[in-house]
Amino acid sequence: MTRTTLLKVEGLSKSYPGVRANDDVSFRIAEGQIHALLGENGAGKSTLVKMIYGLVRPDAGRMELRGQSFAPGQPSEARKSGVAMVFQHFSLFDALDVAENVALGMENPPPPRDLARRIRTVSEEYGLPLDPSRLVGELSAGERQRVEIVRCLLQDPKLLIMDEPTSVLTPQEVDILFRTLRKLAAEGTAILYISHKLEEIRALCDEATILRDGKKIATCDPRERTAREMAELMVGELLTPPERPARPRGDVVLAVEKLSLKSANPFGTSLKEISFQLHAGEVLGIAGVAGNGQDELLLMLSGELRAPRNQVRLRGQPVGHLGPTGRRGLGVVAAPEERLGHAAAPDMSLTENALLSAARRKGLEQGGFIDWARTEAFARQIIARFDVRTPGPHVLARALSGGNLQKFVIGREIELDPDVIVVNQPTWGVDASAAATIRQALLDLAGKGAGVLVISQDLDELLEVADSFAALNEGRLTRVRSARGLTVEEIGLMMGGSGDMQVAHEAAE
Amino acid sequence: MIRLEKRKEPSRIWRIANPFLAVALTMIAGGLMFAALGKDPLVAIRLIFFDPLFSETFASYSRPQLLIKAAPLILIGVGLAIGFKANIWNIGAEGQYIIGALFGAGVALAFFPAPGWYIFPLMILAGAFGGFLWAMIPAILKTRFNTNEILVSLLLVYVAERILAAMALGLMRNPDQPGFPGSRDLRRYEAAHNAELIANTGMHWGGVAAMIAVIFAYVMMTRHMLGFHVKLAGQAPRAARFGGVSPARLVVICLGISGALAGLAGMFEVSGPGGQVRIEFATGYGFTAIIVAFLGRLNPLGVVLAGLLLGLTYIGGELAQMILQIPGAAIQVFQGMLLFFLLALDFQTNYRIRLTRGAAA
Repeated sequence: MTRTTLLKVEGLSKSYPGVRANDDVSFRIAEGQIHALLGENGAGKSTLVKMIYGLVRPDAGRMELRGQSFAPGQPSEARKSGVAMVFQHFSLFDALDVAENVALGMENPPPPRDLARRIRTVSEEYGLPLDPSRLVGELSAGERQRVEIVRCLLQDPKLLIMDEPTSVLTPQEVDILFRTLRKLAAEGTAILYISHKLEEIRALCDEATILRDGKKIATCDPRERTAREMAELMVGELLTPPERPARPRGDVVLAVEKLSLKSANPFGTSLKEISFQLHAGEVLGIAGVAGNGQDELLLMLSGELRAPRNQVRLRGQPVGHLGPTGRRGLGVVAAPEERLGHAAAPDMSLTENALLSAARRKGLEQGGFIDWARTEAFARQIIARFDVRTPGPHVLARALSGGNLQKFVIGREIELDPDVIVVNQPTWGVDASAAATIRQALLDLAGKGAGVLVISQDLDELLEVADSFAALNEGRLTRVRSARGLTVEEIGLMMGGSGDMQVAHEAAE
Repeated sequence: MIRLEKRKEPSRIWRIANPFLAVALTMIAGGLMFAALGKDPLVAIRLIFFDPLFSETFASYSRPQLLIKAAPLILIGVGLAIGFKANIWNIGAEGQYIIGALFGAGVALAFFPAPGWYIFPLMILAGAFGGFLWAMIPAILKTRFNTNEILVSLLLVYVAERILAAMALGLMRNPDQPGFPGSRDLRRYEAAHNAELIANTGMHWGGVAAMIAVIFAYVMMTRHMLGFHVKLAGQAPRAARFGGVSPARLVVICLGISGALAGLAGMFEVSGPGGQVRIEFATGYGFTAIIVAFLGRLNPLGVVLAGLLLGLTYIGGELAQMILQIPGAAIQVFQGMLLFFLLALDFQTNYRIRLTRGAAA
């Protein structure tokens, strides 16, 4: 089948100081094609689509849209030419309703009543149910994404760019999204689909362009290649899965019992009757779609949110009432999801950030006075042991790439030699080799007898590291079950909140 | 088209250069203002910045005045700088200064006319306590009811001014001179007098206290966990909570320190250069100290330099008022301009201004 070319990209290059983000990239997208853009973090996917969407100007190269020269100076020009984009991070206002949010993103919004009607029509036509009058703050991540998609569809795009759309969705929601995208493609809309999830791309896309280090490595038909072949193209090396030596399960280190806790954030999710036990040497994986109480669970365990005294116990000792310093002192450490601003202070050096959580436990202060020499030595130790790529400990945290900062943050907590470590999204936005380092470090820590609790939305990651498994849904935690033999479908049901019966049934095994 | 780009790292050069540039710009803009008032701008600028220290006719009087004016500014400014670092905005130091003065004077007047070495130390404690107490009002309202400390502390200045007037006319009025408003002159009560320590230098106990406060603040901010937590809370509040900093505790500490130091400044003033509790006792040190804190880059050592400079504008301003008949308000405009230019210039510490060729859509 030959289809007319919609977008032709020829020799696009873009450099930033110190980085060649895109180097002579060329490819074509046909009308009605679902085209994958595949690559690791930092491979140049974002820069490339930003050039197509008019957010960034290329240094060299040219683009053609339907045979006409195409050089958008800003997003509004790209939208006028029929290019729309759904970003990974939503630009929505919590306090406004769906229709108002959609109107804000349009050049000439129709009157509110017409708009509401059109939103309903479009959302029903494409199988994306959405009530225009609901407040965005009350919507799930999946529903928020629908708002963004519907906003694009109302402009009747010829090319729809989607940046990692499934990272916030349950497996079931992913199915709904794929159905929508296929319908759009069948009607002639081209879709440029950015992802690093290979199975997804094999299921959805007609063609894939693979980027590595800013260069195009290959264009292929993803259905004719194995996931492994594509992964090797993407990474340029063979990846070794983390080692998991069999280890005996020890005593209960951390126990949470029937804990309900109100979120401090008005749009947050309160925890409802959370109960679980974590054993020494166990890696407990907690799945769930973003916004189902993950942040609150971490804050409650790190001590930033105080809990009733007796409902959180460390080796039987009540610790619920203790704050972060008190809990760290007893051996409970945490690494929150947001690296910059929460786990680390962006405008402080790595030395200062090493002090942030290690001051007491590493003896970096005495009577309140800071031993800067020891603190710097500790920062150097983290940098060396966890292969943090940086000129030195004097560098500001915000100058590090996401993966390097994450290695630093997780490394800092692991170096505290904890009995319990809680991590949220440990490899979010981290390249594959850094992710492997981090996962291995967590497994090693469990091997030494610590209890490890990994909260993640990446199911592949959880299946790779977890011994046991539970899911968060609207602030409730399912029962913990063994990760052995668990399939993605079963996890999807647990994440959707309907897995409990099945779990009860299987717990009898 | 002018475009703003956020810098990857704040520019160090601009951070240090901006205070000097702000002073230069203030001189230029101030000169234009004096010219508009029909005065010779060069003469006015010389009178304000140069003559108080170097002129043969005035310097013998005004040189000691420099320390007298700078000591309270530094003492208050150093406390404010700590709070500002943590994003805790005590704008009401003037009120804490007044209450500190009233507490200190109250102790002195209660003991009058008894002699005793212990009276002055008691006054110091009372002054610091008074300022601390007045600062605890916005602190507790903020931690309990989440009120805005900027508004509460600022409005409490006006309450303090009312209390000052009531004291000068009532409870603390000099019983020997009932016809005049104002308390006894503490300079004539030896046990309570904050006298000049070295003749003709203007150095009194307030200056000593300011030096001690600067050293303490410097050590705290660079070597102590409390200083680290202050910086952390100011830069990344969520990271601070992760690090175990209690926001409420920090509010109380920062307002407490700045309040106590402002109270001390008020006490040293009322028992020394000011002399008595009068309605017009407060001359705006508490507000000028905000400029001192910013001009000193919220750094204790910078605050010393900035305090001396603004002290100079006080003396020079009086001189210019006397000789050129420049209105007194002009010097406040002058001080305000300094802060204005500094804040405007600070923009380029974090942003780069780029001129690009217009790409009109």
